Amino acid sequence: MINIKLDGKDIQTEAGKTILQVAKESGVHIPTLCYHKDLSPTGNCRMCIVEVKGGRFLQAACVTPVAEGMEIETSSEKVTRDRKLTLELMLANHPMDCLTCDVTGECELQDLAYEYRAKFPEWGTKGKRYQIDSDPNPFVRVDMNKCILCRRCELACAEIQVRDVWGVAKRGFSEQIVAGAGTNMLEARCESCGQCVAYCPTGALSNKLNYGMALAHQVRKVTTTCSYCGVGCQFDLLVKNNKVIGVSSNPNSPVNGMALCVKGRYGYDYIHHPDRVTKPRVRRYLLEGKKKEEIREQIEEKRGKPASDTPSAWDWVEAEWDVALEIVAEKFRMIKEAHGADSIGLLTSAKCLNEENYLMNKLARQVIGTNNIDHCARL
Amino acid sequence: MSNSMDDVAKEAKSFLIIGSNTTEQHPVFGTMLRRAVKFRGAKLVVADPRKIDITDFATLHLRQRPGTDIPLINGLMYIILEKGWEDKTFIDERTENFDEFKATVMNYPPDTVSKITNIPIEKLYEAAEILAKNSPMAVIWAMGITQHIVGVRNVMDLANLQMLLGNMGKAGGGVNPLRGQNNVQGACDMGGLPNVYTAYQAVTSDEVHEKFEKAWGTTSNTKVGLTVTEMVPGILDGKIKSLYVLGEDPVMSDPDTKHIRHCFAAIDFMVLQEIFPSETSMYADVLLPGVTFAEKNGTFTNTERRVQMVNKAIEPIGDAKPDWWITSQIAKRLLSGTSDRVQREAPFSSWDYADTSAIMSEINALTPSYGGITHERLLKGERLQWPCPTKDHAGTPILHTKQFTRGKGKFMPIDHVPPAEKPDDEFPMIMNTGRVLYHWHGGQMTRRAKGLMEVYNEALIEINPSDAEKLGMNGRKIVRVTSRHGQIEAKAWITDRVPPGMVYTNFHFPNASANELTHASLDPVAKIPEYKITAVKVELV
Repeated sequence: MINIKLDGKDIQTEAGKTILQVAKESGVHIPTLCYHKDLSPTGNCRMCIVEVKGGRFLQAACVTPVAEGMEIETSSEKVTRDRKLTLELMLANHPMDCLTCDVTGECELQDLAYEYRAKFPEWGTKGKRYQIDSDPNPFVRVDMNKCILCRRCELACAEIQVRDVWGVAKRGFSEQIVAGAGTNMLEARCESCGQCVAYCPTGALSNKLNYGMALAHQVRKVTTTCSYCGVGCQFDLLVKNNKVIGVSSNPNSPVNGMALCVKGRYGYDYIHHPDRVTKPRVRRYLLEGKKKEEIREQIEEKRGKPASDTPSAWDWVEAEWDVALEIVAEKFRMIKEAHGADSIGLLTSAKCLNEENYLMNKLARQVIGTNNIDHCARL
Repeated sequence: MSNSMDDVAKEAKSFLIIGSNTTEQHPVFGTMLRRAVKFRGAKLVVADPRKIDITDFATLHLRQRPGTDIPLINGLMYIILEKGWEDKTFIDERTENFDEFKATVMNYPPDTVSKITNIPIEKLYEAAEILAKNSPMAVIWAMGITQHIVGVRNVMDLANLQMLLGNMGKAGGGVNPLRGQNNVQGACDMGGLPNVYTAYQAVTSDEVHEKFEKAWGTTSNTKVGLTVTEMVPGILDGKIKSLYVLGEDPVMSDPDTKHIRHCFAAIDFMVLQEIFPSETSMYADVLLPGVTFAEKNGTFTNTERRVQMVNKAIEPIGDAKPDWWITSQIAKRLLSGTSDRVQREAPFSSWDYADTSAIMSEINALTPSYGGITHERLLKGERLQWPCPTKDHAGTPILHTKQFTRGKGKFMPIDHVPPAEKPDDEFPMIMNTGRVLYHWHGGQMTRRAKGLMEVYNEALIEINPSDAEKLGMNGRKIVRVTSRHGQIEAKAWITDRVPPGMVYTNFHFPNASANELTHASLDPVAKIPEYKITAVKVELV
């Protein structure tokens, strides 16, 4: 154990920890921007600078280890002034379009500017240096004008996804984040998992599918479990006006943390696809009281062909729930009476809830009296 | 999975991935394994005929000939025994039938195995050494192991391997099948199988069916039912007259599509409960609109037996209804017509559920491993993996820590059986099937997701450059693949992901679905079709 002084308070802690870690443990807030707990600290944004007594420069708390006898000031006048200046330098190279920016309200740069009362410089900003929406990736909207070079995208790709799509090119004022050797994301073997978007603190990387659809405070977040594979990732569905408009990482997810795959993060728009069946449908012959045997020819004629104007007994007709359910019950009843319970089979669904699968099992065994129940586990 | 993804990824010193395209099919777990290899130095052996993406991270890639997993696993165990790398204490204390098992393994010396599998002898030794000397070692597989006529044998042989090395019941080890669908584990747990009620309580057991007779107030059928791969063909021979299909698309996902269509065309009455008009809906008499996961509350169980909440985000679209409501309505109407079947005084005879939490309470009462898993606990943030028998039980992240379900682990002597279909002069190549990163199963959902379609919008047939050259593709794009059961045409992707002599196809697109070509040769026990091996010929179009 070592002894340090943090904002005048004596603290005993372990060697090897960073100033940021110790501050966090002691309930002292140090602002961060490039730092993220899931990623390796790089110390390049200079927001977490603190004053260490005897030091020649202000130190980045995220990468500076504590040492015996260290005296640290986390919010001295000098520290606060330098943080504000750092923010102003970032803003001088940032487009002034917070009013229409998609990440307004969840932008970490905006939050810090607010906290430190940092404004866009009066003489204006550098203006547009890069093409807006510069990458053809269908999911990720790239606007490097809003990039603050924190490198979280690079680290998220390297350390979470382990795909190394993002890198840094050039030096000095020309420094920029690039995919691969300056190609586009998919060419650089991007898997479109969107981890880089989830970790980006600004609007440099945002989501293309719901661009312009809502600001952070206009959506309701509902934590749920993904419906694709068996890994069981959790995430938040973003809801606006009874519509799912996106998915965002929920860091408390037990299995996956912030990580998601392309289907989980970006494969949600089938929910509102116009093909959705929104009302029960029954074949016309059922409403006309005909038997299926009588219309086999019409079925063969009709099946698999595009809808035509010629009416057929095999046409779909929309029906009220009562009508459709009564037809189903009546048919099952008749078939069971005529051929026995084992002439009916149930295919339950690995896409549906436990509770729903339980009911299918109960329906087969309690109500119908058959064990003919299975699902696609084999397929 | 006997273990959890977290302990496997964080504590295994080595992995054997066999028959799992992990980074494409279970992508987030795939990234956990990549991290284990890259940042923790875990060793990875991938056994797969294809050069799938995770092989980029493999210490060693074994490209066995398709359908030779048993000789490969037996061959590795031969070497382990030859070198004395087996866990003698584990074998003595926790297992039985070792001698009989060993006698079989002794028939698989490296030179024999190398001939059958086409893997060089030195690579067999290298793999055995990596897996035996870096313990705990976790075995990870998926449908590449199970979708064979020897699916059950393949799985048993992997269990043999893990008992031989003493990797069962410890963090970072285990037998870890990755379940495909989001809730395939739950559908099995909930009795969505022809031979068991919930939690694998056998329909043939007197004790079990008495329990459910009392609970549900009904008389039990004690005859094991039909699997999906038996029910559908059963339509043609008159055994099955009617099907109630919930959220499945057998025309896309079942083997030998032409035959499936033929069967469905003959059915008396089919009810399909779906969110979209699917390929199967062409054959349905009634189509009931269910809802997506965003429109209902309940639970899914993931591949590591973790039960998690699904929370309703939006109201059902249009007049669609939650699937549990629809099933309850059908049940109620059926019961009102045949009132003598169910005794109303039985504790769980009723179908009046206010919500899915009420259904879960009934599951708790009748399902030992789910006894303590309630919506209330899950909503409070508790993290529960079954078995979780009581409300104060914390769940079970790792199975078999002290003993196996049956007591001692039984070594099973497993011999090689060649695949059902063999290439011949007319069908000289082998077709393997599966999914790709950007699509899901029959594709009903992902073909309706805009961005996913932008990246991958048509079926691609993977073919090795040497085969493409033999065909004389020379810039031409479309190939015709024909099997003994059907044919498809699609664009070729010339890539060394597949070895010479193999093509790989997916079943995401109805106009070129792999299952037009597959066949219904089944594993005799699990009745799973041998999707991974179909003899085909490939021609230019």
